This record gives sequence, structure tokens and C-alpha cells, in this order.
Amino acid sequence: MDSAVPLVMLGPGEEGTIVECQGGHGFVSRLAAMGFTPGSRIAVLSNYGRGPLLVRVHGSRVALGRGEAAKILVRPEVGPNA
Amino acid sequence: MPERGNSRPQASPVAGCHGEAAAVVRPPEGKRLIKVALAGQPNVGKSTLFNMLTGLNQHVGNWPGKTVEQKLGYCSLQEATLELVDLPGTYSLTANSEEERIARDYIIKERPDLVVLVADATNLERNLYLLAELLLLPAPIILALNMMDVAASEGLEINLRALEEALGVPVVGMSAVRNVGVRELLAKIYELACDPSTFRPVRPQMRPEHRHILAQLEVLLGEHVPHPYEPHWVALKLLEGDAEVTALAQQWLPPETWQQVHSLLLRHEDAILDIAGGRYEWIEGIVNRVISSRRRSEFSLTDRIDRYATHPFWGVLLLLAAATLSFLLVYSLGSPLQGLLEHYLVERLGEWLFSALAPISPWLAGFVVDGVLAGAGTMVTFVPILAIFFAVLGVFEDTGYMARAAFVMDRFMHAIGLHGRSFLPLLLGFGCNVPAVVGTRIIDSQRARLLSVLLAPLVPCTARLGVLTTLSAAFFGRKALVVSMSLIGANVLSLAALGLVLHRFIMRGEQLAFIMELPLYHSPNVRTIALFVWHHMRAFLVRAATIIVAASAGMWLLSTLPTGEISGSYLAAFGRLLSPVGQIMGFDWRLMVALLSSFVAKENSLATLSVLYAEPGQAVTQYLPQAITQATALAFLAAQMLFIPCVATVAAIRQETRSWRWTLADIGLLLILAILGGSAAYRVALLLGLPG
Repeated sequence: MDSAVPLVMLGPGEEGTIVECQGGHGFVSRLAAMGFTPGSRIAVLSNYGRGPLLVRVHGSRVALGRGEAAKILVRPEVGPNA
Repeated sequence: MPERGNSRPQASPVAGCHGEAAAVVRPPEGKRLIKVALAGQPNVGKSTLFNMLTGLNQHVGNWPGKTVEQKLGYCSLQEATLELVDLPGTYSLTANSEEERIARDYIIKERPDLVVLVADATNLERNLYLLAELLLLPAPIILALNMMDVAASEGLEINLRALEEALGVPVVGMSAVRNVGVRELLAKIYELACDPSTFRPVRPQMRPEHRHILAQLEVLLGEHVPHPYEPHWVALKLLEGDAEVTALAQQWLPPETWQQVHSLLLRHEDAILDIAGGRYEWIEGIVNRVISSRRRSEFSLTDRIDRYATHPFWGVLLLLAAATLSFLLVYSLGSPLQGLLEHYLVERLGEWLFSALAPISPWLAGFVVDGVLAGAGTMVTFVPILAIFFAVLGVFEDTGYMARAAFVMDRFMHAIGLHGRSFLPLLLGFGCNVPAVVGTRIIDSQRARLLSVLLAPLVPCTARLGVLTTLSAAFFGRKALVVSMSLIGANVLSLAALGLVLHRFIMRGEQLAFIMELPLYHSPNVRTIALFVWHHMRAFLVRAATIIVAASAGMWLLSTLPTGEISGSYLAAFGRLLSPVGQIMGFDWRLMVALLSSFVAKENSLATLSVLYAEPGQAVTQYLPQAITQATALAFLAAQMLFIPCVATVAAIRQETRSWRWTLADIGLLLILAILGGSAAYRVALLLGLPG
């Protein structure tokens, strides 16, 4: 079924819903202020397999380091061609 | 009674604003002073609005004891004067960063009459998150919805009246760059300041799961919370895990009560996500009601540009092209202007002053012209380069490209504790270190900024490169290019090494997570950039002037007194005193003096050498190689490339760090590095068989 995966696993163009944000209070509250909260929809704009990711969340474009993106668990959306 | 905003006479409050902008920043007398704080997330046009309202009638300083910039300005209306404080741009008000602490402390402790939240209409959801936090603080709020024109062009229709009703907060739609809605905003500010009791906001509620915990916390906190804090807010911040508030509460509460609070918090560590999630649910409910059409093309212009601008290969290539172009622009345009200023202003004035003063006292004439005027002249000749440099940075910043440049460079810069934004100022430091140091202002992480300031002097500037190329050609002939390139390479390597060491061992502290917003691209606004240039230039010229002039005059005295000749001066005596240090690098006292004289300006070392080694009837490039061995020359070049920064750079470092301790520590580090580098170069040269 649709289990949660770290955000880094999503390729460009893929979308999903945030399930969980892991990490310390400081990190989680920074994420929350930028719009990363459980239940939020997220779309990956670019992910080249190394270097930071570019995602769209709550209407804004945000760059995220890979370490940071690994701590965000997402339930990928089952697209029409999946 | 306050007038209604709509029936305001046409001689509007705005007309009086920057129209009568005086250079002196002070509140006009006799009118009521309304304290307004401008809050907002980064990239929402908050500074544009601030500049619009205050024009030149503003003061840029620092928050007391902080390195964060504070902007204060005045705007006079017909019936009152607004004292505007531009709070740092923050995404939230939890103590994640110094900026966030400053913003909320200002509202809690200084109690402004009201807060204007500047928000980006194209990104209502995330911007309302800050509103949700602001509503918990004790100040009436006006929501200024900026960039309404961009929102409209993206197909977003926002029902302002519905938004106002849903929030219970006055809302003004505007476009600050186009001067739309500014007048209405001023009217609403005046209206609300006159009658704050009309402010009845609808605050977001907590999810039911944690509501009783919050109530329990409030009871425990009780009357232990001192003014001006409020128990409800403190309880909420405790649940959010706010480090600063947690430390405060531990101070306020008796130990046994703190134990209860602490165990309660431990059991509800997940509350932060619930609170934030609750806020977004509240926001979503509002946004769904007020945004009627949402036709957003998936591939907007920003997306199309970003496909290249953020690409790991094309992005870096694009940045290098942009940086090269800026570099050429700054120095091909700025350097000739600098030369003209130097020739027509400094030299002409110097000649005139000298001929006027020499009959009275040749000594005085020398002091005024070669000491004081030379220092002041240095400042003046920096003007064109700094102005163009800041204009370029301003364009990068205002169009949104700076964030992309930071994005592609971040990977490389992170390794040595720097930020992606450190790259451009440091690169432009190859021209001159002063703009590099001042330019670090664009770096938003304070630690990365401090580190960039401290490392900037290791980027070899044109003055040092000039000495390097002249001397290596004189000493090493056909190998000059290899020598020059290796020494430049050595500087860049020492920059990386020192960055690594400072980052790992001295500055420690946790590495901030890399999360960065990439704003929409938009065309640059001339007014915003002009003010950006003006403020940065003025700050440098005013604050650095005294240090530069004093150091230049002081060095002139040291190199002239008591005999009038540099070889018999105090500076020479000092050089002789230091010759044991010089010997490690193969230097005699004259080379030490030449190195010391480069403190006023890097190119001075060449002039000093030519005076100290002078042989009648020979050119400097002839007699120097006869008097100095190749090994010593290499050591001298290595040392002068790493040596303490020139006085203008030192003044800039002092101004940007706001700390003599960091400035002196940096000078000390570079001094040690120069001696190490010089002696290493000397040993290597001897090993390679160069004549010593």
C-alpha cells in the first residue's frame, strides 16, 4: 500500500503528502514556519540525486539540503501513470 | 475624533512623507508620535514599503548589542508622525534565530502602537502563519497585502473584505513598488492608532488534544510570569519547545513548579507539530473562503528560468558568467573613475595644499597632504567602486537571483562553514577587499556572515596582485607567471583551511539546517536599488572615515619622525626591532618596514622598497634583484599576500563585526599566517635550490 518514504526518494515532478517531520524542536519549528507540516501537500521541482532539492509547499519554492529532506516522511501520490 | 480613512482630504498623508525628507533623522515636534513596527517574512517587499514611507528620512544602525541591521525612519502625516521600525524579516516568531528573537522582543518589550504585517499576496498561506503568531502578541495589527498586482497576473483573486471579516484584522491590498495602496495603509494606521479598541481579531484555536495541557501550563505559570510577558503566550511557546522561553520560565518558576512544567512538556513533545498544523488548518479555512479563483500555470516564468538557474551544471555556469560580468562592470567602470578622482581631486588638491602650506612649514604640509589628505583621498576614491558594486548586488538581490546563486554555490561553501551567499562578495574581493567585507551584509546567517568577513582579507585584491606581478616579473623572469599563480593559489587554499579551522574549532555552534526560500523572479526596482546603494555606501564612508584618516596620518608620522627620512624613522626602528622575526623569513629590517607600510595601502610596500633600497641612476626593477635574493623575494611575496589587511579593510571589518575583539583577532590570525607562509616559502625556496 502507500507507505511513507523520505522526501529524498521522490523524483522531480512527483507529489505527495507530508506524514511526519523528524528531528529536534528547533529544526521542526523552522520547517513548520516554512510550511512543512504533516498533512501539507508537497511537490518536488528538482532532485538531481545529489545536492539540495527544490520543492513546492504551500505555494512557495523552498530549497532543502538532502540531510534535511531525509527527515521529512512523505506519502507519495499515486499519479495517473504510476 | 479620528477621521474616516475614505473621507480623507486629498492633501493626503503620503504627500508629506518623503517629500520633505530631511537628511536629519528626528521626529518633528508638536505632533503625536505613533510607533509602528513593520513585520513580515523575507522577500515580501517589506523594505520597499519602508523605503517608500521614509525615503531618506531613515537611520540604519544595529539592534543594541547585535550584528543584525536595524532600520528606523519617520514619516509625517497631517495629524501625526509615524515612527517606523523595520523588524528583521522572519518566517515565524519562535526563537530559532537572532532575527526572530529581536522581532518578538521588540513587540513584547517596546510595545509599538501597532504592527503592520507586510504579506505577499501570491503566497497567502505561508504569510498568514506569521500572522497567527503575531496575533498572540499584545499589539493591534494591520495586514498589508503586498504584490496584489503580481497575484492578479497569476490569476489569483483575493476577496479583501472577506479576508478582513475572517481575520477580524484590517486588511489593505497594495503594490508597494507601484505606490498603490500606500495612502490607504497610512489612513488605516492612523485610524487604528487613534482607537485601538476597535481591534477585535479572530485568533486561531489550538487543536482540542492539547487545549487542556495549555490550560494546565497557564495555571502552573500563574503569577510567576513577569510583565511584559503574558502567561498564555509563554505557555504556548513552552509547548512549542522554544529554547529562549524555556530558559526564562526555568528562571521565573520555583524549582518544584518547574519540575511539574518540565514533566508535562516531556509528555507532550509532539505538541509543536500539532500547534503548527492547527495554524495551517485555520489558515486553510480562511484561504479557501477568500481566494475565489486559483488558476496557477504549473510552468510559470520563474519555473522556466529556474530549470537552468538551479541546475547543478548550468546553474554554476550561469553564476560564473554573471559574476564575471559583474566583476568586469565594477572594475572596468569603477577603476577609471577611481583614477580620475584620484588625479583630479586628491592629487590636485594635494598639490594646491602643499604649495599653500609649504611656506609656513614643510613638515605641516607633508603631514596634511601625505598623511591626512592621503587617508581621506583613499575614502573618496572608493566611492565609484563601492557604488557600482552595491548596485550590482542590489540588482541580484532585488530580482531574486541572489537566492539561486546561493542555492548552486551552497554545496561548495558549506564545507568551510560559509553560506552560498558568501560566494559573490568573496569573489568580488579579488578587486578590493573593502566591498567584499561590506558586501557580506547579503548573508542572512550571522555566523556565516562573520566567518565571511574574517576570511575576506585572504582574497588577494588588485593592489596586492599589482605588487605580486611587478616583483615576480623583476625577480623570476620567465617563471613569474608560475610564481604568481602558485601564490594566488596558496591564498585561496589558506582561505579554505582557515575557514575549516575557524568553523570546526573556534566558532563551533550547531550547523544551521539548509532550508531556503527561492522567491519569484521580478524586475528590479530602481528606487529600491538606489536606496540599497546609498545606505551601504553612507554607512561605510561615515563610520570608516575616522579610522582610515587616523591610521593614515599615524603611519605618516611614524615613517617621518623624528629625522624626516623613512630610514631614520620610528617605523624603521620598529622594523629593526622586529628583525629576529624577519630572519625566519630571510628578511632584513628594510623588508619588514616595507611589509609594515603596506598597512596603509597594499601598493605602498613597493614604494617603500624603492625608497629603502634606492640606487642612484637605476630603476627599481633593476636594483631590487641585486639587493634581495630570490628565496627572500619569494618569502616576501608570500608574506605580503597573506599580511594583515589594509587600514580601509580593517575599518570595514570593525564596522561589520561591531567588535574590536573580532577585528583584532582577525589581524592577529593573519599576522601569524603571514609569518608562517613567509617562512614556509623561504624554506621551500631554499630546498628548491633558489639562491638564499
